Amino acid sequence: MGKTIAEKIFESHLEDQPFEGINVIRLDAVFCHEITTPVAIADLVARGKDRVFDSTKIKAVIDHVTPAKDSKTAEQGKIMRDWAKRHDIKDFFDIGRNGVCHAIFPEKGFVRPGYTVIMGDSHTCTHGAFGAFAAGVGTTDLEVGILKGVCAFKEPKTIRFVLNGKLPKGVYAKDVILYIIGQIGVNGATNMVMEFTGPVVDKMSMESRMTLCNMAIEAGGTSGICYPDMTTVNYLWKFIKQDFITKQDALKAYSKFISDKDAKYEKVIEYDLSNLEPMMTVGYKPDEVKTVKEMEGANIDQIYIGSCTNGRIEDLRIASEILKGKKISDKVRGVLSPATPDIYSRALKEGIIDIFMKAGFCVTNPTCGACLGMSNGVLANGEVCASTTNRNFNGRMGKGGMVHLMSPATAAATAIAGKITNAKISGDKPKAKPVKKTAQKAEKKVKKTAVQKPAKKKVTGKGGKK
Amino acid sequence: MKNFSGKVLFLDRSDINTDEIIPAKYLTEITKEALKPYLLEDLKLDTFNPEKDIEGKAVVITRENFGCGSSREHAPWALEVNDINAVFAANFARIYRQNMYNCGMLAMELPENTINEIFSKFASKDTEAKVDISSSTLTLESGDIKETYNFNLAGFDRSLIESGGWVDYADKKY
Ligand code: SF4
Repeated sequence: MGKTIAEKIFESHLEDQPFEGINVIRLDAVFCHEITTPVAIADLVARGKDRVFDSTKIKAVIDHVTPAKDSKTAEQGKIMRDWAKRHDIKDFFDIGRNGVCHAIFPEKGFVRPGYTVIMGDSHTCTHGAFGAFAAGVGTTDLEVGILKGVCAFKEPKTIRFVLNGKLPKGVYAKDVILYIIGQIGVNGATNMVMEFTGPVVDKMSMESRMTLCNMAIEAGGTSGICYPDMTTVNYLWKFIKQDFITKQDALKAYSKFISDKDAKYEKVIEYDLSNLEPMMTVGYKPDEVKTVKEMEGANIDQIYIGSCTNGRIEDLRIASEILKGKKISDKVRGVLSPATPDIYSRALKEGIIDIFMKAGFCVTNPTCGACLGMSNGVLANGEVCASTTNRNFNGRMGKGGMVHLMSPATAAATAIAGKITNAKISGDKPKAKPVKKTAQKAEKKVKKTAVQKPAKKKVTGKGGKK
Repeated sequence: MKNFSGKVLFLDRSDINTDEIIPAKYLTEITKEALKPYLLEDLKLDTFNPEKDIEGKAVVITRENFGCGSSREHAPWALEVNDINAVFAANFARIYRQNMYNCGMLAMELPENTINEIFSKFASKDTEAKVDISSSTLTLESGDIKETYNFNLAGFDRSLIESGGWVDYADKKY
């Protein structure tokens, strides 16, 4: 019987099965940041186990609050710095070279098809965009990862999403993932790998695939995952060209990390996205999703463009196209945090930073900043932010604040209008209905599907084929 | 092994996330103890007041997808330092669930209809829970109502609870 990509990766990394259904897998990379790692370091020190399994496979960054905002965050940075030095961790990105973890690590070529990656951060699922299994873990799992280079997971059950059609102009990966989460719910993929396939994904850049996989966790997913293809090879080429003679060779080698045609899935869900509209969230859960059109005119105080979801160069380019030659409304304030120094400097060279600044945006250094409400744009009680981030939980960007998640295009258009609005992007106009009903009724319905509107998609039950 | 029995705190909502369990602004704390006053600070529920309702509780019973969102192990720790070591729910977010067992705490799924039954029978009353790990049973008692429910504590989870966590186990074995 065929295997999914996640099953293939597990099989090739299996270290032990101490109990039925429990897979201890070897890790190719352990990523660390200054919020969850210091506690792990302190515990390892207290246990007399201050060691690392392989200093070349540990990558560390200070990104959540940087520069430090107070004594406590300064202390967290110091613990990381001292630890990286003590263990000769060469890939440690300190201030001046640091950026948001899930943007900077892929940019440095640290994630490859077939890799296993963990990090003490729930959005580690982002790295599945490269055909890797990448999962967020807590401090204890991180600790064991640092110490022994292993992590335990249950069988990687998978939901396959087949994204058909062609995205209309002005509709992006962010709209796609918000739509999917809206359909399956925040608990819709709990304990599941979310495999994203189909023509829409094939056409996406690596940046867009990262946006897609980044929010898998918001549906409860263990990892997002896309198949490696020529787009993946092109992105990674400067890091891998010593290993392969041609790009075709690389593609061939990576193609072993593609699901078999007869692989077994928990569910297969198909969407036709040809008529998808720009989407946004409205409540305190990422599955409370509406079209931007339905929310047109809603009040906003702040616009935030940045984060591991949408702070990449592609996102900045899209937003700057809309902001070019315009000013943001004086009813709102705008904050841009390019996700990495490289993105920042490319944006400078391309004149993007200038566009943002002339439009009236405050441009900050690369950091998570406002995304988790710890610095650089915290909301006051009762304020609302139009944000390109990934989480709209109550209080996330500041106590009593409300966050609407959306694409960089919608955020930029909203900044100019001073209220929620759709970006006017020339080209095929998005139509009223979010998706077209094209799929046949599922041959075999899943027992309980979290998807509310079965008419809009096709679901195949256990064992369903491509 | 930790204590898993005592008074029950009912949280009558699904999808309670880790930001609600412990807000991000407290993640700069390096000790678990420092989290104690902030448990569930941002949880808005008509039937819940963090200042009054947490004190003296040992067990949480809630609905679906408890602990969704961020990977922060601070969420189980915030419960642990308040002497709450067991949570029963219809299901848990994966990372949160693993964090609980990695800390030697109990995160146990009960069928949705059992959770519904428990809420309708006990949620409005002062309820005492007895959790027996060896027989895998949860006994709830309030006045003259008493019910016992079985649960399924599988191999790996049980071994983490009994050995007190994943670090020593893994360091010895791998
Ligand atoms: S940008 Fe936001 S979601 Fe991404 S890693 Fe930073 S805090 Fe987490």
